[in-house]
Amino acid sequence: MNESVKMSDDTQNAVDLEAEFRSSNVQEVLDKLDRELVGLVPVKTRIREVAALLLVDRLRRQFELTSQTPTLHMCFTGNPGTGKTTVAMRMGQILKRLGYVREGHLVTVTRDDLVGQYIGHTAPKTKEVIKKAMGGVLFIDEAYYLYKPENERDYGAESIEILLQVMENNRDDLVVILAGYKDKMDRFFQSNPGMRSRIAHHVDFPDYQPEELLAIAELMLADQNYHFSPNAREAFTRYLKLRMTLEHFANARSVRNALDRARLRQANRLFGRRTSPITRDDLMTLDAEDILASRVFQEGQLDQVPAR
Amino acid sequence: MMTNHGNRLTQGQFSFLPDLTDEQITKQIKYALNHGWAVSIEYTDDPHPRNTYWEMFGMPMFDLKDPAGILMEVNSCRKTFPNHYVRVTAFSSARGTESPAMSYIVNRPAKEPGFGLVRQESEGRMIRYTVHSYATDKAENERY
Repeated sequence: MNESVKMSDDTQNAVDLEAEFRSSNVQEVLDKLDRELVGLVPVKTRIREVAALLLVDRLRRQFELTSQTPTLHMCFTGNPGTGKTTVAMRMGQILKRLGYVREGHLVTVTRDDLVGQYIGHTAPKTKEVIKKAMGGVLFIDEAYYLYKPENERDYGAESIEILLQVMENNRDDLVVILAGYKDKMDRFFQSNPGMRSRIAHHVDFPDYQPEELLAIAELMLADQNYHFSPNAREAFTRYLKLRMTLEHFANARSVRNALDRARLRQANRLFGRRTSPITRDDLMTLDAEDILASRVFQEGQLDQVPAR
Repeated sequence: MMTNHGNRLTQGQFSFLPDLTDEQITKQIKYALNHGWAVSIEYTDDPHPRNTYWEMFGMPMFDLKDPAGILMEVNSCRKTFPNHYVRVTAFSSARGTESPAMSYIVNRPAKEPGFGLVRQESEGRMIRYTVHSYATDKAENERY
């Protein structure tokens, strides 16, 4: 008898995780993330985990199970063009939906914005940036430049010190995301162990596979109301394979540049036949020749490099 | 007859109310930020009503989204000048306004001696009146 009373009491007190999940609209953000960001499995998994933790935390608070606010400072490492900034931008929105930050805006800074030029200049400068980022996300791009071990009089260390203090004391007010290339960030953390231990999430952005890059290219084109003709898609697949073997390959950024150049060639092509009527579809279609004209095909050389 | 118990300085907004709590200050700052006003922090130990320009505590804060940063500055100003008057001012740059749109005291000295009325007899039987802050009898930084 007693047992059953206790049981029903417990189910009455139970809360609906599903309802909480739906009311937070997180699914919408996660879906959008899935739709608009190709690949990046480890990153998406981590975001999902963070979302789950924050939701569960919110439920725990309903039962007055207190726990400390989790640290959400993050470090994004990866090669150029793997989507670090894009994800950081999304991070602000996601954390806002989950009620972790109040405003969810992103403040992007580099060394120049944090480190001053003379004694006593750094602290106010860093503090000003921090104040601007409060309630949102502070994104420090190429964070390893903050610390220059070869110059012991460099003011970067002072900036790091202030950042560390804020990351510890104002955890409720802002989330700091550091970003940079893997090897350089590793060296940065080696010389700043305090920084490493204050960052809970180290997320590595993998390089994209060729088919992922093609999907990214098609998303980018769709955004600008363009599309590939079937031949052009095939040509672009070949282009990607060649381009990936060349130097200075910057993943999605290279794709965007290649598409921009293809748009130039398409415009030129259309201009060349301006006597004949041009349809709406013509204006939207990138053809194989727009892509095959790239110097990557002809000489195995980058487009930017002037021909000798 | 004493009309202002405890000689509390009544300048700016909310000055007849009990001191604002941090939470209330945060909400007021948020209101200013929502209007796009630049918030700054000022302090003084000369509370004469005609002393319009108080000392600035740091730069005015532009482009902020969240009040937490300003509250941090308020608290550091209180720590630096625990016995000064500290006020938060929100400057509206809207054309035609271009002046402070909000101003309220967030810190006051433990003991406020208040103001005295000085009468000066001049030509004829004319009397000139001056409002004089008792605190300013002492040197700067020793007033409270």
